[in-house]
Amino acid sequence: MAGLAAKFGSGAMTNSVKEIAENDALFVIGSNTTENHPIIGLRMKEAVANGARLIVADPRKIPLVKHATLWLRHRPGTDAVLLNSIMNVILAEGLEDKAFIDSRTEGYEEFVKSLETFTPEYGEEKTGVPAEDIKKAARIYAEAKNAGIYYAMGITQHVMGTNNVNAVGNLAMLTGNVGKRAAGVNPLRGQNNVQGACDMGGLPNVYPGYQNVEDPAVKEKFEKAWNTELPAKAGLKATEMTGAMIDGTLKGLYVFGENPALSDPNTSHSVKAFKNLEFLVVQDIFMTETAALADVVLPGVSFAEKDGTFTSSERRVQRVRKAVNPPGQAQSDLDIINQIYQRIDGGNKDDVLDPAMVFDEVASLWPAIAGINYERIEKCGIQWPCPDEKHPGTEFLFAESFNRKDGKALFTPVPFVASDELPDKEYPYVLTTGRELFHYHTGTMTRRSSGLNAIAPEAFVEVNPADAEILGVADGQKLTVSSRRGQIKVKAKVSNIVPQNVVFIPFHYREAAANLLTSDAMDPVCKIMEAKVCAVRLEK
Amino acid sequence: MITVTVDGRDVEVAEGTTVLEAAKKLGINIPTLCHDDRLKPYGACRLCVVEIAGMRKPVTSCTTPATDNMIVKTQSERLYRLRRTAVELLLSDHPNDCMTCIGTGDCRLQELAYQYGIRENRFAGEMRDHHRIDKNPFVVRQQNKCVMCGLCVRVCEEVQGVGAIGFAERGFEAKVIPPFGKDLDCEFCGQCVSVCPTGALSGAIWAGKARMEGVEKTDTTCTYCGCGCNLTLSSNGDQVIRVTSDANNHNRGWLCVKGRFGFDFINSPERLTRPMIRREKGGTLERVSWDEALDFVAERFTKIKKESGADAIGGLCSARCTNEENYIFQKMMRAAIGTNNIDHCARY
Repeated sequence: MAGLAAKFGSGAMTNSVKEIAENDALFVIGSNTTENHPIIGLRMKEAVANGARLIVADPRKIPLVKHATLWLRHRPGTDAVLLNSIMNVILAEGLEDKAFIDSRTEGYEEFVKSLETFTPEYGEEKTGVPAEDIKKAARIYAEAKNAGIYYAMGITQHVMGTNNVNAVGNLAMLTGNVGKRAAGVNPLRGQNNVQGACDMGGLPNVYPGYQNVEDPAVKEKFEKAWNTELPAKAGLKATEMTGAMIDGTLKGLYVFGENPALSDPNTSHSVKAFKNLEFLVVQDIFMTETAALADVVLPGVSFAEKDGTFTSSERRVQRVRKAVNPPGQAQSDLDIINQIYQRIDGGNKDDVLDPAMVFDEVASLWPAIAGINYERIEKCGIQWPCPDEKHPGTEFLFAESFNRKDGKALFTPVPFVASDELPDKEYPYVLTTGRELFHYHTGTMTRRSSGLNAIAPEAFVEVNPADAEILGVADGQKLTVSSRRGQIKVKAKVSNIVPQNVVFIPFHYREAAANLLTSDAMDPVCKIMEAKVCAVRLEK
Repeated sequence: MITVTVDGRDVEVAEGTTVLEAAKKLGINIPTLCHDDRLKPYGACRLCVVEIAGMRKPVTSCTTPATDNMIVKTQSERLYRLRRTAVELLLSDHPNDCMTCIGTGDCRLQELAYQYGIRENRFAGEMRDHHRIDKNPFVVRQQNKCVMCGLCVRVCEEVQGVGAIGFAERGFEAKVIPPFGKDLDCEFCGQCVSVCPTGALSGAIWAGKARMEGVEKTDTTCTYCGCGCNLTLSSNGDQVIRVTSDANNHNRGWLCVKGRFGFDFINSPERLTRPMIRREKGGTLERVSWDEALDFVAERFTKIKKESGADAIGGLCSARCTNEENYIFQKMMRAAIGTNNIDHCARY
């Protein structure tokens, strides 16, 4: 987000899901798409069936590899080096899009210089991908008429996450593959409403619509609209809140629909932080690991029991509708929040809020959705930007210009940064984490869904057969996995999916929580934690 | 563009258009069983036969490309007989247990049997056996209700790219099975279930729940990943009993295992149903009224704000909740509490 916003002026999928099928080349990096975004994965397979060439860059042999023209198995944490060396080849072979670079970008000279050292040979040394394959990838991507890049948390959950996103953006800009149909830079959103939660100002530095809280004119606009004084300084990021809880400066916390006590890297640290709070409120549909620590637990409702909208990965604002009544005394989350609002200071006087009116209020404050209302999205959602009621919505972004001051996209030099915690004698394996097809996030919903829990009932650690032999462990036997932060016992799944010296654990399972092991080292810019790389030891 | 005449009416279509598609463009409905617009034409069921001027025999309209000035007839005594016989043959070894079949009301074969008024069957006789192993928790197969349309095999191959099932044996013994007749071992997306025109494939968690009576349908958006698939929730009372998706949606009716089969958390007995508060640290959570819980929250936040300032309070909103809720949440944090300490876990 932070990376893309700085380069293009806003952070979202630049293109639409249906355009994927029209790609001539696809570059999927740090996204296990078929398991985590299965329906987007279908479009990728469709593209391949239509003759597109697919590059998959992933340390794990993910299911999409089966459909790939070229698979780059780089070492975890070396994404930016891989991308830089691909760009080095593009320049060496003159495959860049000079017209696009001249007319639509800035910062090019400095950026070119920064790539000099990233030769394919250097790339091979750092990433483990053969130099020849790096060259092949460069040609496949740069020679395509329309090339799309797709990435997810595999790129971002690193100490150099912002760098990685910058490198992805650079690659698209270098070849003119952004600002047009069936190309672009496409972060795939891992949850149903990540896009919407960001759009709505669920961020410490911006109001709804990415309007900077520290800009006095913006502040004034919202003070007028909300008829109150507003704080002038940006707030704490989620990962910074943990520190503030530990040192006691953050005393009260309201957690709405999240389960950080299982999803945060280095969980024991965050649990300690929650316990240190003076007052913790959790609003959820189940007694989650976080709710169990709370002073107040408020029963909200599931998506099937409420009206509202979600905004999908492709910026499509879509209706959510109430199908059934909530259980017991659980009540609409909107009304719960509003009743607390009323009690603290003002809030809407109605005890029951109409979501359509709330949406209209946001639309009046954020021009990019000014043309969207419930009536218009009754049948089919609309993709923002949609500035007025006649506007059909926008399938791909930046056709004319980028959302920066002069309308140009910014090249950003990306240096080599190593992962925070690399394997050593004591902790010789790299642990990477993620999701599996049958579960979602901390399993709050999926582990309470009978079929899903039956087919994927327990955690596992993927271990390469060669490592399994060294460890003397057979498939299904228990292994103790420990890092500097914690230890779990989990079944070994001996598999070629992971390369030697790398192990993978899904983070859905509370009884073998992968995030007890992961590291809370942070990216310095966007403060994301490095859930994708840490060092561990395996013992039988 | 080429011009085709269907049942006396002209229509202009692009080259490569099938006769079935040309007829559809005119709003003329040709019966089909094995056809799906989202898959390649197949020509297995023979129901879409039409007569084309200059051709000796009727041909399947789904696999026949239209040509310029082609004259097509979709209805005739002969075509009716052919179609009726095709349905009769399909029914000849079908259990006809619609009373207790999960497919009732959502079954193409049942509809066709009704339309063609087939009560007796000239081809009645031996029935197919029904051997299957369904230990998987998602898909139930009733092999003897299969009409061999191949939709499930094709969707698995063409759309899902998995190829978990295929045809085995020949003639009367022909069947659709996973390799070596074992249980399904696949992604369990249920695309096969969604295209099955009979009760041969169904969702395991649908069993025993209402089919039509008292069933309400609600269009909504999936709660799992960011793909934003459109869903239709079928509910009976306050129970969600089935999830489907319409082929006209942007996700074209395709769903994954979580979206299609991962919905019973909604009616889980573990759902939180009462507000609870812990009066003192180390104490237990006790059930209280909404008013007490909400008053308690407001008092405590107000107290912290008074003693330590607004920035001693923070809020985490949610990438799983609605836009409206997230908006009100951040508005409350900023306008009522007075802090920008607001974030959520998936902001990157």
